Amino acid sequence: MSPPPQPSQHRHGTAGLSAQGISAFRGERLVLRAVSFTVPPGGALLLLGANGSGKSTLLRVLAGLKRPDAGAVLWHGEAPDSWPVAYLGHQDAVKPGLTALENLAFAARTGRGAAREALAALDLLPLADLPARLLSAGQKRRLALARLVLSPVPIWLLDEPTLGLDAAAVARLGGTLAAHRAAGGIVVTATHLPLPLPDAAELHL
Amino acid sequence: MPRNAKGHRGHASSSNTSGPSCCAPRGDGRDGLTAALALLQRELRLSLRHGADTLAAVLFFVLAGALFPLAIGPAPETLGRIAPGIVWVCALLAALLPLDRLFGADYEDGSLDQIMLAGLPAGGVAGVKALAHWLGTGLPLLLAAGPLAVMLQLDPAAVPVLLAGLLPGTLALSLLGTLGAAVVLGARRGGVLLPLLVLPLAMPVLIFGAAAAEAAQSGLTPRPHLLLLLAVLAGALPLCPLAAGAALRGAVE
Repeated sequence: MSPPPQPSQHRHGTAGLSAQGISAFRGERLVLRAVSFTVPPGGALLLLGANGSGKSTLLRVLAGLKRPDAGAVLWHGEAPDSWPVAYLGHQDAVKPGLTALENLAFAARTGRGAAREALAALDLLPLADLPARLLSAGQKRRLALARLVLSPVPIWLLDEPTLGLDAAAVARLGGTLAAHRAAGGIVVTATHLPLPLPDAAELHL
Repeated sequence: MPRNAKGHRGHASSSNTSGPSCCAPRGDGRDGLTAALALLQRELRLSLRHGADTLAAVLFFVLAGALFPLAIGPAPETLGRIAPGIVWVCALLAALLPLDRLFGADYEDGSLDQIMLAGLPAGGVAGVKALAHWLGTGLPLLLAAGPLAVMLQLDPAAVPVLLAGLLPGTLALSLLGTLGAAVVLGARRGGVLLPLLVLPLAMPVLIFGAAAAEAAQSGLTPRPHLLLLLAVLAGALPLCPLAAGAALRGAVE
């Protein structure tokens, strides 16, 4: 794996993903008040906080799904036209009528990875041709995580990725996240449970 | 500027092909087309897998049309005269049936977030969804309309004109329906709201479409009506995906 680029290469701002004074309303309530941080390439950020403290809202803002009411999200110091992000929400976005492999087809076509390799990375290969409605909650979560592995993008945004996963699957997830970071990728994740993310920065909301 | 960001990303992962998860650039026009084709493929796969839902609209169309001879009597002259109107109203109502799930299912299970992040502009997502709706509902309706028209004693000479009107008509209905489905997304009782929103918008399509077939039936030229129908389609083609895209962005926010 090549080393992450040096910050000095960037003429404007900082390398990596940075949030500058993000404020966001959820309904009538201000859940994010001037949140700022920077995650360098290869870095990870844990979003911590009580229920309803705005972790999911912040992730949706970072994904570009929700527009912040104030502030800006920058990638390498700029606001790009299309965000190089992969997002895993609370929901698994798994279609029960399609097989595990078919569920990945859309991500595999827009990305460049091979669906079978991604399934193997999450130990789902034996279930590849099973309709997703027969999968357990944890297996569906792993299928949603396999979609991330397929995305050839540097920023991964995870909303409680370990929801429903067993210990072995959490360990596998740790390996996947480490490989992504070693390639210069960024991981931002909201969680209530300990995650296998060594030297991750923490942000308390 | 994306060029700058891409350059750095390429730097960050110079061994792009060997790594398990690398950071390739995306977001240019070719990638948009790839994403559109991938989305269309996904939609068609889903509508084939849920074949019963797809078939339901066509069966509704044929059954609703078959109710009219039972209700008003099988006299050929009465039936034949109102046949274009029956076919058009039934097609309009049948096209509404699958709209509720067009975005609803993807919205509820989180797939819509993934689709919106796939590198397609929101208007493109709406356009592909409208095309998928037409291929899954409009086209089967078009195929079933001929037999239904013959069953309703429509003058055989007017059948090709009826179908020629239904082709742009169902396309326009798919576009308007996609707009309505995107607008009511996330609203309570969206399924009830949807026909109330779409039916008034679809009235011009119904008027010109039925008028074309009726003109052909009475020996007049259907050309002006068909041209007006095409004009409605030409207006809906750029406007509906744009408006639906804006509604989708609001819905996922």
